[in-house]
Amino acid sequence: MYGKGLRALSIATVATLVGAFALVFFYAPNDADQGFVQKIFYLHVPMAIVALCGFVAGGVFAVGHLRTGDRRWDLRSYVAIHLSLVLAVGVLVTGSIWARASWGHWWVWDEPVLVSFLVVFLLYACYQPLRFSIEDPERQARYASVFAIVAGAFVPMNFVAVRLAEQFTHPRVLGTTGGSMPGSMRLVFLVALLGMTLLFVTLWKFEMAHKHATFQLRALRRRLSGEDDLFPAGRSAAPRLDRPAVGDR
Amino acid sequence: MTLPLAAPALPLDEAGDYVAGAYLVFLALILVYVAIMAVKLQRFERDLTDLGALLDERDARAADAPAGDAAGPGAGAPPAAREAV
Repeated sequence: MYGKGLRALSIATVATLVGAFALVFFYAPNDADQGFVQKIFYLHVPMAIVALCGFVAGGVFAVGHLRTGDRRWDLRSYVAIHLSLVLAVGVLVTGSIWARASWGHWWVWDEPVLVSFLVVFLLYACYQPLRFSIEDPERQARYASVFAIVAGAFVPMNFVAVRLAEQFTHPRVLGTTGGSMPGSMRLVFLVALLGMTLLFVTLWKFEMAHKHATFQLRALRRRLSGEDDLFPAGRSAAPRLDRPAVGDR
Repeated sequence: MTLPLAAPALPLDEAGDYVAGAYLVFLALILVYVAIMAVKLQRFERDLTDLGALLDERDARAADAPAGDAAGPGAGAPPAAREAV
């Protein structure tokens, strides 16, 4: 189900990302203030935006789970948050590199955007341990959904922090006035953002397809072996759609 | 800590290292992700092979057993499971 259209999506993702990076290095002009170092912007900012949107998407999927009780929504939420965490690691590392090149420091603690992003990252770093600590899949899914919704609501604070920040050392990207980017830079930025979004959607679909195939494989194995109670031993942070709640076994 | 609002631009050779570093981090992240997915795919393939073996075993047992046995409950199950049935 999730594998449908994955090939075309993968090709579109690779083409867009390669195109975006080609535009970054061969089309976008060097920044007047920062020079060549500003090229990190086209990687760092789209990655940050997509990661934060992924966290919010995880919260939206979690609402679907709490409303319907369907654990497939929990799986969608889990995969979205998992991928966003991977991107968030990239955001922190590339941000540090950019900070070092621009400001001479790897990390600046009085910069609200950096710290608020770190807070969001650390918050979501608790998501997997939370899931792992609960053995009953039904309770695990419910608690994780509540966490995803609350944390997802916290994420927009990161954007608000940019607006409220009095120091303007961290550049504004998208403002109501169009920011300070010239048209060529804005175009390259939007292509990079599109590429990063496609990458997220592709990897999300890829992982969802993999997880669904694994569940189907386990179900088949159970049917073939004739044992209804054959479940993988041990607990797992990942949702298990093929595993009933403890009380139902 | 007070940061300069407009720090002087780094020379290209120095800036290039930072830019290359940032893009390599992204590449490394993607490669690690793909490597993890490849390991999962291998495990998936192994499970699929096991499943095929289980199916062959079941077919072989069904062929050996008398016609009445194969249709009964627990048919196709491994010996231990069939004993339980």
